Amino acid sequence: MIVLSDFLILGAVIFSMGVAGILFKRKNIINVLMAIELMLLAVNTNFVAFSHFRGDPAGQIFVFFILMVAAAEAAIGLAIVVLLFRSRRTIEAADWNELKG
Amino acid sequence: MNFVMSDLVPVLPEIFVLAMTCVILIADLLIRQSGRLATYMLVQLTLLGCSLILVGTHENRVIYAFHNMFVDDLMSDVLKLLTCLALSMMLAYSRLYLTARGLFTGEFMVLVLFAMLGMMVMISANHFVTLYLGLELLSLSLYTLVAMQRDSATAIEAAMKYFVLGALASSLLLYGMSMLYGATGTLELGALTQAIQSGAADRNLQIFGLVFVVCGLAFKLGVVPFHMWVPDVYQGAPTAITMLIGSAPKLAAFAFVTRILVEGLQPLMPHWSAMLVILAIASIVLGNVTAIAQTNIKRMLAYSTISHMGFLLLGILSGSIEGYGASMFYAVVYALMSLGAFGMIMLLSRADGFEADTINDFKGLSRRSPWFAFIMLLLMFSMAGVPPTVGFYAKFSVFSAAVNSGHIPLVAIAVLFSLIGAFFYLRIVKLMYFDAPESHAAISIQPDTGILISFNGLAVLLLGILPGKLMAVCAVSAQQSLLLH
Repeated sequence: MIVLSDFLILGAVIFSMGVAGILFKRKNIINVLMAIELMLLAVNTNFVAFSHFRGDPAGQIFVFFILMVAAAEAAIGLAIVVLLFRSRRTIEAADWNELKG
Repeated sequence: MNFVMSDLVPVLPEIFVLAMTCVILIADLLIRQSGRLATYMLVQLTLLGCSLILVGTHENRVIYAFHNMFVDDLMSDVLKLLTCLALSMMLAYSRLYLTARGLFTGEFMVLVLFAMLGMMVMISANHFVTLYLGLELLSLSLYTLVAMQRDSATAIEAAMKYFVLGALASSLLLYGMSMLYGATGTLELGALTQAIQSGAADRNLQIFGLVFVVCGLAFKLGVVPFHMWVPDVYQGAPTAITMLIGSAPKLAAFAFVTRILVEGLQPLMPHWSAMLVILAIASIVLGNVTAIAQTNIKRMLAYSTISHMGFLLLGILSGSIEGYGASMFYAVVYALMSLGAFGMIMLLSRADGFEADTINDFKGLSRRSPWFAFIMLLLMFSMAGVPPTVGFYAKFSVFSAAVNSGHIPLVAIAVLFSLIGAFFYLRIVKLMYFDAPESHAAISIQPDTGILISFNGLAVLLLGILPGKLMAVCAVSAQQSLLLH
């Protein structure tokens, strides 16, 4: 029998992977975009799990909105990556050093 | 779940803005025009129309629409009206600056209107779904606007950093929301408060969710330790976009923070208040100290924003109606000062690509143009909090709210660091009045922006002498909107 806490642990693990991906694995910007998606999906897992175990559909509806926004966000993120590649010829995040102070 | 026609009246301003945005998007393609003047006039008319609708549909009570997802009260009407005004001023200031750089396009104006729609939804949201959708509509528009200068490596870098950290912030906020939903079983702010008050909800889960929500809000406000994106975005983005980010969204952010923390999580006040104390102290200290070392004025103003957001939190963390009113006043005043300061940078920049974004570009301004040097002096005095400008009154009211709720050591630190902070504002004044100018190029100022910035600077002085009216509006709004429970 799978209980609520199993889903929450799964959500927490995936979310932590996402945060770690952004903070530590910044070599390639595509990794960062994937990490962002992971975090949003972890949140979705939480919402669906709570919604199911509480018998309240509102959480599942929220998930649709989050998925939709995540798609728009990914589109904008990739567009910025394309611009970054055009101006730098690289998408290595280590090269972001023009703005400092 | 039936649809009620009367629900549409409170959202009329949003519907109008959305409809006009779509019309402008199409019309901009069809009209032949030089300098996008027709589109610009349409956008200004939209802002004017939206303000008129806001005033026309105003009722002196709190109205809930769409099954409590949307709330229309005095606070939302006032903040939306000021958002319209701030965006209208921002467009007027930036028209020539952006035209010279080839950025004054139809899509720029449409994105500004979408950002405005996002802010309006944020200001009126009463449900996690509407809060999140408003926030994302604003954020996604802003990421795109920062990246609009496609040939500028710094703008693209700023956009990328803004995007990554903004997405991280949204995820933290959502994670917190999911925990609060799990603890209480509701997404609506009023029901959330009731569920927490009833004591049936899991305490640990609530606090766990609250921590994530506060982290997400801190990221969006740009307070220490979640401030890394602010200086880079302010410096890297074109000045007009920096002005947009620095003005109206702060009003929406104030509404966003108070709706979640005060309307939704009032019973957890001791917990979030303690978290905000740490954020406020850290921002005031780091913002004021780091700003001293800056030579780029946009970056300096970014650190100044960080410290101002710390001052704004002082009012919210005091947890009293007086404090919320003072914070709202602070947000309004900050938006006004920031419009003026960035307006001045754009005024001094030239069509040949000269940006006037280092503090040395302000050297000897009093000899080149005594009047505009005086306006800049007023704005800097107001940011530093020197009487009789309005910045003094704004700081004074948040300090007195915090003292009244017993945060005396916190206020002592804040006062000390606002004195240290006065140094870098007054340095600009010193450069303008006592140093020799680096260039003697004539300042070419169009009459409309010249008059606007004069009004902006004088408003800072006038509101400082007569702050009563605006302060009363803020106090009444806070009273009506945030004293529900």
